[in-house]
Amino acid sequence: MAGQARGKVTIDVEECKGCGLCVESCPPKCLELAEELSAYGVHPARYTGHDCTGCGICFYCCPEPGAITVYRRIAPPKAAVAAPQGDEHAATL
Amino acid sequence: MADESKVGLKELEVSNNGFEVIHTKSDLFYDLYERKSELQHQTHYCPGCGHGVAHKLIAEALQELGLQDKTVFVSPVGCSVFAYYYFDVGNVQVAHGRAPASATAIKRACPDKIVISYQGDGDLAAIGTAEIVHAANRGEKISVFFVNNGIYGMTGGQMAPTTLVGEKSTTSPWGRRPANEGFPLHMSELLATLEAPVYIERVALSDNKNIMKARRAIKKALEIQRDGAGFTFVEILSPCPTIWGKDPVEARRWVLDRMVPVFPLNVFRDRKPEMPVNNAPPQRPVPDVLEITPKEGGYEGGVASHAHRFKNFTIKVAGFGGQGVLLLGQLLTEMGMREGLEVSWLPSYGPEMRSGSAHCHVCLSKNRIGSPLISHPNVLVAMNEISLRKFASQVGPGGLILYNRDALPADFEAPPKVRVICIPASEMADKLGSTKTTNIVLMGALLEETECLSPGTAMGVIEDKVKKVELLETNRKALAAGRHFIDEHAHLEALSQPDGYAE
Repeated sequence: MAGQARGKVTIDVEECKGCGLCVESCPPKCLELAEELSAYGVHPARYTGHDCTGCGICFYCCPEPGAITVYRRIAPPKAAVAAPQGDEHAATL
Repeated sequence: MADESKVGLKELEVSNNGFEVIHTKSDLFYDLYERKSELQHQTHYCPGCGHGVAHKLIAEALQELGLQDKTVFVSPVGCSVFAYYYFDVGNVQVAHGRAPASATAIKRACPDKIVISYQGDGDLAAIGTAEIVHAANRGEKISVFFVNNGIYGMTGGQMAPTTLVGEKSTTSPWGRRPANEGFPLHMSELLATLEAPVYIERVALSDNKNIMKARRAIKKALEIQRDGAGFTFVEILSPCPTIWGKDPVEARRWVLDRMVPVFPLNVFRDRKPEMPVNNAPPQRPVPDVLEITPKEGGYEGGVASHAHRFKNFTIKVAGFGGQGVLLLGQLLTEMGMREGLEVSWLPSYGPEMRSGSAHCHVCLSKNRIGSPLISHPNVLVAMNEISLRKFASQVGPGGLILYNRDALPADFEAPPKVRVICIPASEMADKLGSTKTTNIVLMGALLEETECLSPGTAMGVIEDKVKKVELLETNRKALAAGRHFIDEHAHLEALSQPDGYAE
């Protein structure tokens, strides 16, 4: 189901300070700290590429204003009717 | 979010077909932070710092409420001192702890603006305790966001009023001991004892759930301010990984495990107090107000025509407490006022007033008075010997000393080019029936000698001050006696100079 994740996250490597709070906070555990160092000598966070629900928790836990951008998949019209209202993570918002 | 669609569309065009942006950098933040020439895309906060999260929550709330263009953000002293580099709103950065006082001024001057006082615990709970307590007590319609991390972060980890018991810091190296350093200060609870605050809540940036609660609290505080309801205060327990010596994840957990038990999360106040809407002072028409100072008979006729042959005229009156020292100064001031001069009266107070020497400074001026304090008076009225010896040297060349005795002390030498007139005012007043009129005798002499003010005004003022008819008569005689003394004894060889006193 990797290609069908409901959301996705992009992380600005320039802005990320590698604190790891987003990795800790992510409910579906879809973020990780990169193996390689960034130009600033930290292991920046990155999206594993699957299971993001677009809940946005990582955004609120990140201290940097613009390091994280969260996307949610625009539901196709017919899927929108069938889709359940939100999910367990979105409900916490 | 107001412009979510705008950002979303922009992003969609780039690559993200099928996705919309849910959360991204708020428009409330500047694109680049011009604090330094490098690293303009990052805040100056340490990795995992709670300030960044608090900033984002405030920015989001302001954006959602559409208040960006109406907001004035008051930055404190502390790690968040540079908040004005981040928030694209009106910004002020103020002295340590004084943010609520400055916010008060801004809010009162611009009541339609949203004024945010953003402070840390060293700022708000230590040096600024007085400011926050009184701003809250006055119910200023501002929002205070109090970021409490229990330590002085910017200066390198000194103990704050909010440091937990047992916690080590550079200034409590064996851990905070209540017997020595007191207990952690609970600002939310403290402010909740006041009547005026409308909303007080403590939240924590400790985990997902509590961050979301913090988000709601911050937004609610700003909504309350937008609606003009009153003082709002949100205490935000916040991690400081660097000073705490913990990694960011550990530090955040420490907030929940250690700080929250000491600083319980709660809504301490959520109500609107009964407050009178109209705080305007009762206004009275000008004639009503004036009626309380002068009596009928007025003091305009003839008096205003008195020629004041000086620009500035300064008088120091000194003597024992109880001799009417301060009253004489007040009378001269009142007379100057009635003659249309700028006046000031600066009394000495304190122990001097109680069986010691008292003095006061009187300025009469045609211009505005810079300072009521006189270092070199034109005239010294010395009502006893102590005052004469103490202040005579201050009188400048061309000045005048009026001494309440028939002669100077044998060993006393008058300052150069200062005219000294010895007048036994106490004895004269005693003969007139009351030694209490000594000051009036001296005033008569002063007026006659210097012609700084009109004797007519003097009688007008005395008539207003003295209620009893027989005392009024004594005072009239005292004034006349003082003037007569100068005419008889002192004025023979003296010519009035343009500056108003005799050579």
